[in-house]
Amino acid sequence: MSKEVETMMIDAGHRNDLGHPLDYRELNRLIREAICAGEERLVLMNVIGQRYIASATSNPNTRIEIHGTPGNDLGAFLNGGTIEVFGNAQDVTANTMNDGMIIVHGNSGDITGLAARGGTLLVKGNSGYRVGIHIKEFEGVGVKLVIGGFVNDYLGEYMAGGTILILGQGVEDSPVGLHVGAGMHGGRIYVRGPVEKHQLGPGACLAEMNDKDFKTVDTLIDQYEKAFSVEIDRSIEYSKIIPLDSRPFRGHYDSTTI
Amino acid sequence: MKPIVTIPEKYRPTIDHEACIRCKKCIKACSYGALEFKDDKVKVAKGCVACVRCVFECPTDAIIVNELPKQFAPHAVFSPEIRRSLISQANSGGVLLSSCGANAEYMDIFNDILLDAAQVTNPSIDPLREPVETKTYLGRRPGKVVVDDNGKIDLDASETPIVIMDMPIMIGHISLGSISYNAQAALFRAATQLNILAGTGEGGLHNDFYPMAKNLCAEVASGRFGVTSHYLKEVSCVDIKIGQGAKPGHGGHLPGEKVQKLISETRMIPLGTDALSPYPHHDIYSIEDLQQLISVLKESTEYKVPVGVKIAAVHNVGAIASGIVRAGADFLTIDGLRGGTGSAPRVIRDHAGMPIEIAVSAVDQRLEQEGLRDKVTLCASGSIRTAADMIKCIALGADVVGVCTSAMIAMGCTVCQQCHRGACSWGIATQKPELTSRLDIEIATQRIVNMFHAWNEELKEILGAMGIDSVESLVGNRDRLRYIGPNPRIAEILDVKHSGEGWG
Repeated sequence: MSKEVETMMIDAGHRNDLGHPLDYRELNRLIREAICAGEERLVLMNVIGQRYIASATSNPNTRIEIHGTPGNDLGAFLNGGTIEVFGNAQDVTANTMNDGMIIVHGNSGDITGLAARGGTLLVKGNSGYRVGIHIKEFEGVGVKLVIGGFVNDYLGEYMAGGTILILGQGVEDSPVGLHVGAGMHGGRIYVRGPVEKHQLGPGACLAEMNDKDFKTVDTLIDQYEKAFSVEIDRSIEYSKIIPLDSRPFRGHYDSTTI
Repeated sequence: MKPIVTIPEKYRPTIDHEACIRCKKCIKACSYGALEFKDDKVKVAKGCVACVRCVFECPTDAIIVNELPKQFAPHAVFSPEIRRSLISQANSGGVLLSSCGANAEYMDIFNDILLDAAQVTNPSIDPLREPVETKTYLGRRPGKVVVDDNGKIDLDASETPIVIMDMPIMIGHISLGSISYNAQAALFRAATQLNILAGTGEGGLHNDFYPMAKNLCAEVASGRFGVTSHYLKEVSCVDIKIGQGAKPGHGGHLPGEKVQKLISETRMIPLGTDALSPYPHHDIYSIEDLQQLISVLKESTEYKVPVGVKIAAVHNVGAIASGIVRAGADFLTIDGLRGGTGSAPRVIRDHAGMPIEIAVSAVDQRLEQEGLRDKVTLCASGSIRTAADMIKCIALGADVVGVCTSAMIAMGCTVCQQCHRGACSWGIATQKPELTSRLDIEIATQRIVNMFHAWNEELKEILGAMGIDSVESLVGNRDRLRYIGPNPRIAEILDVKHSGEGWG
């Protein structure tokens, strides 16, 4: 039997005398104080749009469960620990995440994973525009983004590293929008389903899946299946998108001394 | 046949072969390959950029670098510069790169402004014998003092995070990548010794520099290079970079050749790939979005450090500044169009933006009108070359000035405008080990410290001469300035009287 971990509950929807729910500053202060006091498992109930939850959390043992709808910038600058949302997340989830894990049992909004360079983000449902913009990798470790449904335009824009997997569940045709990988110069995007050449942005190209790719995809799907207790049909054909060049703007500039 | 036309040489070293002892130091010094050793003589090849490193190295003063005649028939409209740029573009088809600040004479207004001094009715102060305060506070002003029930000042409620500096000077944001490790080390050490701030630039912070973090201002730019929670919590303030005066509206682009181990580690990106900073922050499309980034940075730093915003001076700067202060910025940096850069498209560097003199006055006036000025620290940068520029800029409305190029000149930079080529012979704007090792950190540090110390003394001299005993009393004191330039409309916009106009 695993060690019993005490759970601390915070009611984020608790109304004050004026009928207002907990202010985001107050909520985040409570979370920080709890983590500082050694609490490892936090449950936030009735979350109602409070922003910046758990930003800059660093302790790898911290586990934050969120019930309700967290606001923008959930888990920004996250450096360790796990955040699990039983609901939808809003925009800029996992902003500049460095490490740790965010699991969303719902949809996430625009610019999910902006500039993240490490850790894992699993979204059960769909996500918005510019998902995984400018994500990176460093010393072989990159961020991993898995979106269960579809995403909108500009997936993986400016991408410098890391891995994106779009599972396209419940989507008949292509689960990604237009301008995929615009300006991308590193990393890889896997899409479970078709991607046409016209959907790609400048700097991106389609490539054949190899054994390593299938292994990466399998590992990510394992994680997804485990997180959401679902089963994914792995027989559907994948599209792989990689950068044409790690130096996309070579030749664009003239550095002659005039 | 290649469609390449050679652009005429601009500079040419001449060697005094009688004085020359053939030590070949100059050949080693030249990182542009403009000197070679042939037939037992130092000979001149092509490509001299007038960085004058060879002159510095020559033990017998045998080298003079001359500017060559223009090699173009004179024309009043198509200047040699324009013709050179057109030839180069016809050769390459590329966007012309440049570096350092804008290289156009028409943009200078500091030279058209004169300072006041005290005579008879308001006695001057001797700063060598009487205290003249130059301590400067960076951060949001609470605007009020909260008194508790016992009549005592409630410090917790009255205090906001501030940074105290000994001079109204901040060394601007210059990233590791645009300059070398040694150059950044010297800037940071100088800031620590002077107890002023230095900007980290957007390239993150190298592990070795963390001990100096209390004198550093972290930059969060659109690329978010090297930005981690640890980094944000260690530094003394955080600056969101929206724009840079040398290239308003443009992103950053550190070419892959410069992304070697040191840079890759600090920026936390793969080796050898281009480090691209997107043109906009993709999470900021409005003042409300900016407010979110400010707030999340404050949350992430637990409200312990001031969070600021840096923008390039553009035409609507007053309204934008007002929005930024309303969005919660604790300090606001305006970077004028003459500001420096390690690399920027020439067309933007020389043509986009607004001189800092006008921008700082416009922002100061606008914030004042809206009742916001006393809430925020206003920093101004963009070719603050000397103490005189600094003093004029403060009187025009800035609390703090940002200085970069002058600090580089203190280190050895000769403003040859080749930073974007990555072969700086002075070891400043380069990542090549054989060049970076030329810059001695200790000497460079001392030289920067000396220069800013002298500026501060000059500031005190001027304050004393004006009969002002604290630099805070000079901020926005435009009545102590007079305009002497050709265009009285500029004086009107600056809210500065014309020379010859008194108080009444």
